[in-house]
Amino acid sequence: MSSVKRIVLDVLKPLHPDALAFASAIADSHPGCHVTVTVSEIDAKTETTLVTVEGDDIIYDELAATIGSLGASVHSIDAVEVSSAARPER
Amino acid sequence: MAFSGSVFSQLRFLVQLGRAEHIARRYFVTNGFDGALTMLGLTMGFHAGGGVATPVAISACLGAAVALGVSGLASAYMSEAAEREKELRELERALVGDLDATAHARAARLIPLVIAAVNGFAPLFLALLIMLPLWLSEAGVPLPLAPLPSAIGVAFVLLFLLGAFLGTVSGRFWLWSGLRMLAIAGLTAGLILWLEH
Repeated sequence: MSSVKRIVLDVLKPLHPDALAFASAIADSHPGCHVTVTVSEIDAKTETTLVTVEGDDIIYDELAATIGSLGASVHSIDAVEVSSAARPER
Repeated sequence: MAFSGSVFSQLRFLVQLGRAEHIARRYFVTNGFDGALTMLGLTMGFHAGGGVATPVAISACLGAAVALGVSGLASAYMSEAAEREKELRELERALVGDLDATAHARAARLIPLVIAAVNGFAPLFLALLIMLPLWLSEAGVPLPLAPLPSAIGVAFVLLFLLGAFLGTVSGRFWLWSGLRMLAIAGLTAGLILWLEH
């Protein structure tokens, strides 16, 4: 069984909440995760960001729902790191 | 999983998201000032006109206080709700998406209620405080001054405190800001006395 350890998302978000509040809200909703938000482009009402989430078992659908509830939308999955459990020895 | 947390942290997040803190503070001072000055005007008017029976003064002041509260509540809610709805639709156009199930939509519904409550509560609360000497007098509590001058005194004190609060918010010397508000109250009182005579 594989689990997602790290995922990088291209996210378009409103200017508010700002990157700090946005990252904190994601981290609060996914305890144990490490969240990094990098703003790459700013427009009048929106900003394009790279959201990196690291954790033991990230569930993408839940993460996307949290991002959506904050008024942002995932444009693409830019990078992902997945691990599988070691095969038990015979 | 949608954005979660305790009710308090969600409320705080929505208030921050809606940038409601400074708007509510502004409304509190603006409408609180309206309430205090209206009560000062009423009590000064009664006093300068030779005084009226305390129950009559209470009725008139209470009527004005309730009207100020309801006016503050309704006007702030209507204007804020319209503004927030407009901002939400503009943001939806910028994001090319529907925001109805997001924190932004919840903030757009909640913030007008919070601001309306502050805007309605501020004048009502200050007006009721100014009326306190009138009620105390009616209840038979001895006052150092007659009921109307006591109420006028409370109005002056509250206006000074409102000014001092503004001073601390703006980072200026609170005493100077309080005295400036006191000068406005004095000017209003003087104008009423001049007109009455």
